[in-house]
Amino acid sequence: MKQAKYQKNDYYRSLTRKMILTIIIVSIAPLILVGSIILYRFHVSYHEKMEDHLQELVLKHKQTIDNFLKEKLGDIRLQAETFCFDELKDASFLQDRLDMLQQSFGPVFVDLGVVNSQGLQVAYAGPFRLGEALYFEADWFKKAMKTRYFISDVFLGLRGLPHFIIAVKDNWMGDPWILRATIDFVAFNDFVKNIRIGETGFAYILNREGKFQTKPFFDITPKNEPYRDFLKIKEDDPRKIHTVERKDDSGKMIIYVASFLKDGDWLLVYQQNHRDAYMDLYRTIILAITIIVFGAFGIVFAALFLSKRMVNRIAMADREKEMMDKQIIETAKLASVGKLAAGIAHEINNPVAIMVEEAGWIKDLLEEEEFSKSENLNEFERALKQIKTQGQRCKEITHKLLSFARKTDSRIQETQINELIKELVALSEQRAKYSKITIHKNLEDNLPITYMAQSEMQQILLNLINNSVDAMEKKGGELTITTYSEGDVIGIKVSDNGPGIPESNLSRIFEPFFTTKPVGKGTGLGLSICYGIIKKMGGQIEVQSVIDSGTTFHIRLPVKGPPES
Amino acid sequence: MVEDRNKPIKILLVDDERGFVDVISKRMSKRNIKVTCAYSGTEALQALRKEDFDVTVLDLKMEDMDGIEILKIFKKIAPDLPVIMLTGHGSEEAARDGIRFGAFDYLTKPCDFEELIVKIQEVVSSRR
Repeated sequence: MKQAKYQKNDYYRSLTRKMILTIIIVSIAPLILVGSIILYRFHVSYHEKMEDHLQELVLKHKQTIDNFLKEKLGDIRLQAETFCFDELKDASFLQDRLDMLQQSFGPVFVDLGVVNSQGLQVAYAGPFRLGEALYFEADWFKKAMKTRYFISDVFLGLRGLPHFIIAVKDNWMGDPWILRATIDFVAFNDFVKNIRIGETGFAYILNREGKFQTKPFFDITPKNEPYRDFLKIKEDDPRKIHTVERKDDSGKMIIYVASFLKDGDWLLVYQQNHRDAYMDLYRTIILAITIIVFGAFGIVFAALFLSKRMVNRIAMADREKEMMDKQIIETAKLASVGKLAAGIAHEINNPVAIMVEEAGWIKDLLEEEEFSKSENLNEFERALKQIKTQGQRCKEITHKLLSFARKTDSRIQETQINELIKELVALSEQRAKYSKITIHKNLEDNLPITYMAQSEMQQILLNLINNSVDAMEKKGGELTITTYSEGDVIGIKVSDNGPGIPESNLSRIFEPFFTTKPVGKGTGLGLSICYGIIKKMGGQIEVQSVIDSGTTFHIRLPVKGPPES
Repeated sequence: MVEDRNKPIKILLVDDERGFVDVISKRMSKRNIKVTCAYSGTEALQALRKEDFDVTVLDLKMEDMDGIEILKIFKKIAPDLPVIMLTGHGSEEAARDGIRFGAFDYLTKPCDFEELIVKIQEVVSSRR
């Protein structure tokens, strides 16, 4: 029996495991699949949008800056073309011009200067003391002399402050001269500096040599790495935006978006930490993954819990079924025992009858004359009487057996429970006497008749009687069976004064397979079957027990009428 | 013991248990009852055709034929012949069936010899 139980536990455990695994796989796989697909699409889409966005941004700013430069250049050109060298070389006139420019356009123009073909600044209007400055050696001058219009890179120059120059070359009486204006670096710088997105996005302008033209928001050491490739490009399409992603020194991934300005002289670069730019995306991915993970945990716990529950239910159903099967087998066993008993009883009846009759014949013969004087006549008569008595005894025994056997069919019949009890007690008396147990019957007179399957009632009563006898086998004791009726309820009590049942076992005593008998002796099914039968009959069974005092089983059954058919 | 005229009562005893039939017939002969033994239904019918009897004692549980069937045939052949049935314990229904089919009475086996004698005397006196 123990081995079977272990096998069962293994079976249920493996069943539970399989269920858990199935639920987990079936639930988690689609979760992960769908999650991954959606996340991937979102990721791709987001990247595209983000790139487009940044490119739009850079393009817009590039256009703004280019327009700005074009405008300023246009303003100076206007001045140069409207007024001639002669007029402009007058300092106060120049100052007027500067004032007017500043009035119209604000402090963008810092100063104006008129420089002759030798590089001498012949007139200057502005805040610095740059009158008579010589620019012959200056880089910008050299370049400005070569073209009609020239915008310089940002440099420090004589004033020692970063600025850049717009220069317009014109001719006066055969000689070239230059009208130059300084553009306020701060305003220009602010333009670019204020292009900020997120926490790490900022922009700056570089010239073709990689030198900064504006001061970037974050101090960065100019590294040529990412832009070297850009700077090599010959600009053919002014609207082209270049994008690249590189890791910097600290291992962070940075996005660079760049576009050429000022006809390819300058490069507007916008850079942002990849992480920063895609912060939302990362947040979303993390959120989604968190949800998936929690979901997965939830699924696992639910799987564990549900599977355990389900398998418990299955186990319970299996047990019930097993109990029913055993019940059927027990009933069938009882029926076949009954048939066997009946067969034997019938067979014994014949030889016993013949023996008794032969004894009777001898007695008849002894009445003849020749035997009347025999010394042993009394003894003959006594012996013959004994044969008859024992034969009578055999008859009673077979009578009991046959009576018991007859009740083993499970049809519903009219039953007087007291009669059943009497028969069963008679059957059990020998065994009881042998174990020094006395059986008392306390049966109510005129107990109501009820309809029931007598074999089932027999099973119950036999079980209880046998249990009591088994319990009191060693030391003997008393077994009392009581019947009573209350209204339409019949009560049966089977009490003994045996060793009793410990409290801890009392609550489990009707459980199937629960037994305290050693292996091979009891199956633990008897009481659970009784319980089942009594419940089926619509009754109740209770047990009370005190250690070393005794046990009482108390059955209550409703009186039933004949079955309707 | 027996009755007025010293004329032996003639009974036909039908039972397939030879030991039983033989000893019963011996004992009865001591009481002025002449027993004809039939160990099967077939033998019983043969005996019936040969002579008349006062009573038949018929065991219902026999191997070759069902007791009730034999009873029915008896009642056809000799409707006036009273039949006492011997039934096994537990076959009371068979016994009641028998009564319905015309048997006079029944006794359960193993039966008391004296009881059987009393029953036979009952039958015979009710006829004479």
